[in-house]
Amino acid sequence: MCTYATELIQIEGSAKGAQGWFRATDATVYFDHPVHFPDGHALLIDIRNPAKGPQHRVALELDARSARELADAIYRALAAVPEDLALGESAPLA
Amino acid sequence: MTVDLYARTTSLQGFGGDEIEAYVAVPESVTGFGSVVVIHHMPGFDEATKENTRRFAAHGYAAVCPNLYHREAPGAAADDAAATARALGGVPDERLVGDVAGAMSYLRSLPGSNGKVGVIGYCSGGRQSVLAACSLDLDAAVDCYGAFVTVDPPADRPFRFTSLVDKLPSLACPLLGLFGEEDQYPSPEQTDDLQRRLDELGKDFTRHSYPGAGHAFFAVDRPSYRPEVATEAWGEIWEFFGRHLGSGK
Repeated sequence: MCTYATELIQIEGSAKGAQGWFRATDATVYFDHPVHFPDGHALLIDIRNPAKGPQHRVALELDARSARELADAIYRALAAVPEDLALGESAPLA
Repeated sequence: MTVDLYARTTSLQGFGGDEIEAYVAVPESVTGFGSVVVIHHMPGFDEATKENTRRFAAHGYAAVCPNLYHREAPGAAADDAAATARALGGVPDERLVGDVAGAMSYLRSLPGSNGKVGVIGYCSGGRQSVLAACSLDLDAAVDCYGAFVTVDPPADRPFRFTSLVDKLPSLACPLLGLFGEEDQYPSPEQTDDLQRRLDELGKDFTRHSYPGAGHAFFAVDRPSYRPEVATEAWGEIWEFFGRHLGSGK
């Protein structure tokens, strides 16, 4: 489809890619041609650390239903967290 | 009939004198061959694009595909490089033109070249093929389903380009456009608009819009592949490049 639509956000966390665990600093979300998933288009998510290089990336390619269910599941999981557990932003790494 | 070829990864001097990676395929035992710059799609300098590059050599053309994402991700896997380039806003138009110019010089310097060079691009490369044809001394250009040629991308997209409407008067070579009627990027209305604009400008434009095909109907590794349409469209490419670039076959 080549909509070029792309969401870019800054994140704090870790991800495990082909090079092992790395600090995740950026996420890109878009709906376009997947590399591996056998469909014309998919919801694509890249969890990245561009400072460490292009290979520090975890890629997800999901059909639209799966992407929505994943997003809903994330919200449900966060909503179920007991109140006595902190839900604030993680402290930035030095 | 196809001919033997050799192919390898090489480098060439692109925009700003930068040495960038490229994939070259050259027909063997052929002289006086025309040449083709292959512009890869947004997923990058991948296996399918290299296969297309070899296909041109098998049909008697020297072909080179510059890695447009080499600067952002030297040595990276094609998908990682594409993700990096996308997050950075894609390839700036000025840099694309410089990289295609470098690829043209590379091809014209090959022993056996007849000096004629065409360009072909797929998907995002379709728009970039038109951009190159409006900017450089090319002999023929093919736009395979390039979006945002006559309309700007929405302003909220991170990509650093606009439509090519202002550049179309500079189109200096024959252009072949290959589109799917079920595509929305570009839509049939947009390809109609391109046809109308180029007709008004008196440009040499041949368009084929195929029913039953959407975007990326050439892509053999994707569900969008439409073998009957792709076979017919490849035939149009061979006829078009044969007429404008010649071939040593």
